[in-house]
Formats: sequence, C-alpha cells, structure tokens
Amino acid sequence: MAKTLYQKLLDSHTVIELDEQNVLLYADLHIMNEYTSPQAFSGLREAGRGVPVPGQHLAVVDHIIPTHPVRFRIIEDPSSALQASNLAKNCQAHNIVLFDTNDALQGIEHVIAPELGMIRPGMVVLCGDSHTTTYGAFGALGFGIGTSEVEHVLATQTLVYRLAKNMRIRIDGLLPQGSSAKDLIMYVISCIGAQGARGYTVEFQGPAIAALSVEARMTLCNMTVEAGARGALIAPDDKVTQYVLERAPDINAVAALADWEGLYSDDEAIFEAEHHFDASTVAPYVTWGTSPDQAVAINARIPDLAEEPSARTAAQQALRYTGLHSGMAIEGIPVQRVFIGSCTNARIEDLRVVAALVKGRKVAASVRAMVVPGSGAVRRQAEQEGIAQVLMESGFEWRQPGCSMCLAMNDDFLAPGERCASTTNRNFEGRQGRGGITHLMSPAMAAAAALAGYITDVRKLEQSHV
Amino acid sequence: MSDHANISGIGAAIPAPNLDTDQIMPKQFLRGIDKAGLDQGLLYDLRYDAQHQLRPEFVLNRLAYRGAAIIVGGSNFGCGSSREHAVWGLQQFGIKAVIAPSFGEIFYSNAMNNRLLLVVLEQADVARIMADVADPLSSHIEIDVASMTIKSRSVVASFVLSARHHRMFLEGLDMIGASLSYQHHITAFQQRHWQARPWLKNVAHLTRARLDTSKS
Repeated sequence: MAKTLYQKLLDSHTVIELDEQNVLLYADLHIMNEYTSPQAFSGLREAGRGVPVPGQHLAVVDHIIPTHPVRFRIIEDPSSALQASNLAKNCQAHNIVLFDTNDALQGIEHVIAPELGMIRPGMVVLCGDSHTTTYGAFGALGFGIGTSEVEHVLATQTLVYRLAKNMRIRIDGLLPQGSSAKDLIMYVISCIGAQGARGYTVEFQGPAIAALSVEARMTLCNMTVEAGARGALIAPDDKVTQYVLERAPDINAVAALADWEGLYSDDEAIFEAEHHFDASTVAPYVTWGTSPDQAVAINARIPDLAEEPSARTAAQQALRYTGLHSGMAIEGIPVQRVFIGSCTNARIEDLRVVAALVKGRKVAASVRAMVVPGSGAVRRQAEQEGIAQVLMESGFEWRQPGCSMCLAMNDDFLAPGERCASTTNRNFEGRQGRGGITHLMSPAMAAAAALAGYITDVRKLEQSHV
Repeated sequence: MSDHANISGIGAAIPAPNLDTDQIMPKQFLRGIDKAGLDQGLLYDLRYDAQHQLRPEFVLNRLAYRGAAIIVGGSNFGCGSSREHAVWGLQQFGIKAVIAPSFGEIFYSNAMNNRLLLVVLEQADVARIMADVADPLSSHIEIDVASMTIKSRSVVASFVLSARHHRMFLEGLDMIGASLSYQHHITAFQQRHWQARPWLKNVAHLTRARLDTSKS
C-alpha cells in the first residue's frame, strides 16, 4: 500500500499499537532544556524510576541564559541559576549529556542538535519545546511535548502518541530575490491561519522546497508549528544527507544512504488535506498583529477588519495592542529595537545575509539592534568569517548565544511600548516583554529595519547596494 | 462519586481566539523547578495591569465569577508554547474544565495528562454557552464526564473524548506505569531498530564522546 513519509516514520517507530488512535512511539533522541524538564526529573525521583537509555537524551541551558558579550557567563537571577544547576545535577544523576552555560558548544537546542550532527533522517526526535518541528527539515519526525511526556520519555524511551492527520503543502515556483524561507512560511501561515494545520503533520513538497538550503528548510519547518501543525516534514535529498554525513562522520554512509533513499511519500499515497502555493510571488512578509497569521506583504496595507465577529474582535484587540489600524501601510512604521536571533533565524546563513546587507552602513541612531547567534559554534564561525566585525562596525550588539529575546525569559526584553523588528517566531502579546510590540520578519528585513529605523522593503536596499 | 466524573460550577467566558500559553502563563512564572505558585501567574496580564493592580473588569476578577471552575474559550485555546505550566496554573487556580471550539495540540495532550478536562464543541454551541455565562445568574455549567454531556442554561450537548482519554480522565491512569508494562516489547523493538539502523543508537552519548575526543 502506498504510504506517506509520515506513515513510514510512524511504521518504523511503532513499538505497539495501543488502540485505533494511539501508538507507543519509540524516541531516537530526546532533547531537554532547563525550564520544561525539572518537574519531569522530580517525578522520576518520586516514583523511583530511572532512565534506561541515557545515551539518547541530551540537555542544554538555553532559555534562561543571559547573552551579555562576556567570556564567562554567570546567571545572576537566583531562580534561573537554580534551574541551570538543577539541570546539571539531574543530568549527572542520570548520565545524560549536558551542554551547560559555559560549554563552548552551548546554544539554542534546535540549533546545536543539527549542527553537531545529531539529527538524522528517519529519526523520531522529541523535546519539551514546540519548535521541535524544526527537524522535519531532515526527514525526521520532531514535535514538542509537555513535561509529563518528558518524564514518560525519560522513563520508557517511548511516548504514547496520538496519531495526526497528514497534510501536503506543495509549493511551486521559486522564491524571488529578497524573499526567504521565513517569508515563505509567514505567507503560508497568513493564508491557512494559525490553526490551518492544527491536527496535521505537514509535508512540504515542490520545486520551491527543493531549492531551499538545509538551514532554510529548518526555518520553514520550525515555524510550521505556528500554523498549529503537529509536525513538519520534507523528504531528505542529497543536500540533507551530505549535511548530516559531514557532521556525523561516524555514520556508515553506505548503509545509511540506502535506508534514507526510502524516506519519501509514495506517488499514490493519500493526504487528508492538500494546499498549493506559488513561491514566485511571495514578497517579504511582516506581521501587524499578535498572532503569526496576522501578516502582510511589505508593500501591502493592514487588512480591513473581518466580517466574522470573533475574528473581527481578535483583529481589533491585536491592533489595539500593536497601536496600528486597518488600512495603514506596514512600511514606514518606526521601530526602536531590532532582534536577530532564535531557533528560527540565528544560523550562519541568516547572519551572512544580515552582514552582506549592513556592511559599510550604520544602524539608525534611534534603534538598539542585537544579534544573538544560535550557538557558540555559529558565533565562532561568524567571527572567523568577519561577519561579527561587520555587524559590530554597523552598530549591532554582538551577543552570546541563547533563546534571548525570542521569549524574554532572560534579561533581554522589550520595555512597554517598544516596537521590535524581530526574526523570531511568535508575536504574541507580551512575548518579548510586557507591553512590547513584535513584528516578525526575515533576517534581511530586520537588517533593513535596523538601518532605516523603520520597517522597510529590503529589496529597495538591495538595489541601492548594487 | 469521583471528583472527576462530575464537574459543575461557574463558567467564565474568555472569548479571544488563539489564546496562547504565553498569555495563560507568562514567562516570569516559569522560573521554578517545581509546580508551586502557578495560580499567581495565571493569565497575569489579563488579570493585572502594568502596575500590578487587579483589573476589576476582567471576568475572573469580577465578584460574580470568583471561584469559577470552567472557562469557556475561543478557538485554538492554548496554542503556542509547550509549557505544561499553563495547565498546572489553570488547575491551581481552580479550573476543572475548559470548553472551546478547538485547542492547541500540545496543550490538549498536557491537559489530558493532568486530568484537566477539555471539551470540544461546535462554535455555535460555544457561543451560546458564552452568552449563557455572560449573565452571572445563568453562569452555572454541569458536565457529566461518564456520559460526556454538558449542560448550560440553553445548551445540552454531547462531546467526544477518545476511549483512552475518557478512561484516563475517569480512572486517573499511571501512564508511565502502563507503558512500562510493555517493557519487553520496547526492549525487543529497540534491538531490532538498532540492528536495522545502527546510526540511530545512543546518538547523544556517541556524539559527545566524538566531540570531546576531537577537541583534546
């Protein structure tokens, strides 16, 4: 019978079928952070349970870590410091690999796991973080879980998994100059809505996807969760297998490649929902509201209020919060802050794009602009390539890696009323600081906003650069 | 009769769609290593203004809705971050059930794992229940979990829980214990899996060992 990639991954990881809707799913890799794992470890302790397969878990301090550009990092906030020391204690007790505060390889969980070669096609990867969908870029089934489930995975190496429906999003054409994977996924979310993929694992297919780099695919799959998806998948190709084999030289390439060749959806396989889009008309996208689906192309205006009452109320509330109104152009809105970072957009390719645009130019005097690289490795590479120098000369702060102002759990946050051009994934009310206003966009668009002091079309800047 | 078989009490409407878990439990309340004190953080920015003063107009702050046991919410309730703190906070605040047209997927699993009842109803039914509870005199809602029916002043509706969730809710299963009863299946699966795909075995340990060796 013809199968989708999702069905193949389920088949290869189903220990037993529990009932019609649930399977016991085997986890190849489980990633933990300092804030969604403590209660899981406590639960294990209370029940007297252990971790039977410690080699398939890893932990990293990323959400609460300060990003000040100092060589040795100290977590000043006492409760955050306790979360970090508690994680170290738990990892030590259970023989779990930890990338701790001052580890040279520390970084955002969804940045370091792939860059260190730990994400492999055909894997099931779980993590107490919703952006675990990132790993679909490798043809791996990744999704976020709660803390009770973290405990379950620690104790059993499996998860009681409720089966998802399967959606295909085919994207024809190629992205035009100036638009990126970030713009593409923001465009898709604005079309299908913040719950357009709720209940589904989404497989992306088509020429626009094939043309994306591995890092760009991570951006795409990362943000698919903002459409409500339970997973995102892209069938692995040569780009992906090469990326993995370069970073994981211990893999027997012949055997692995033979296995990975089968990781695609069969032609006759049936998806329960389908969408088609064309990438060639996707302009740079910017959010105007407080949900990731409230976004428009940079040359468009904030839409009229919807007719449907609940959508209308939601849009009114969002506009009240962001201080904007229907019919207003998104271009030209002043920003006081620019944040380039997060598991969505803090990899080396993102930083290269930013450096190329800002080289020889200055961040507007009215703007405080930060670059928080996704990992220690990204930071070092950017320094070796001269990117860090370019950014600092332009007036960007060059920070240490972490989740930082994506969710503002550390001391990087917006003051009330501050408006930020941000490469992150969520523009929720208060997400970057109470009363702070987030406009999601691509790294190139955030760079352009930093230079201009307002939201602007990066394509104009690119033209003037030539 | 079990506390979990019948849920009744005051319903409070929070109609916004896409009420994300960042709003349900803001970041400053996520710094603990236990579950304590999350009732303080629940819906903080809606309950308190920027000066940390109670917003008297917010439904959960109104005298008539003190002690509310049921929230009637908008679609995609609990979307966004996977933080289970959102569920723990709702329960610590005294919420026993949330009724909405749809829920964020991770939130749904988190709620079930903690026996916070989530009731999915048609948008029109949710709207009618919201209208009912908007009047404090008709804010009472009754939910019979065994028969999966819900009653407000003007709505009598049935809802669906999967057989597994229904049982979990009524009986309070030890999920980990139940899965561990399949330990021999897990072990056998794992042996076959590692044999077929040795590059998936102990990836974290082996990667760390390789990186540490190349560093020294």
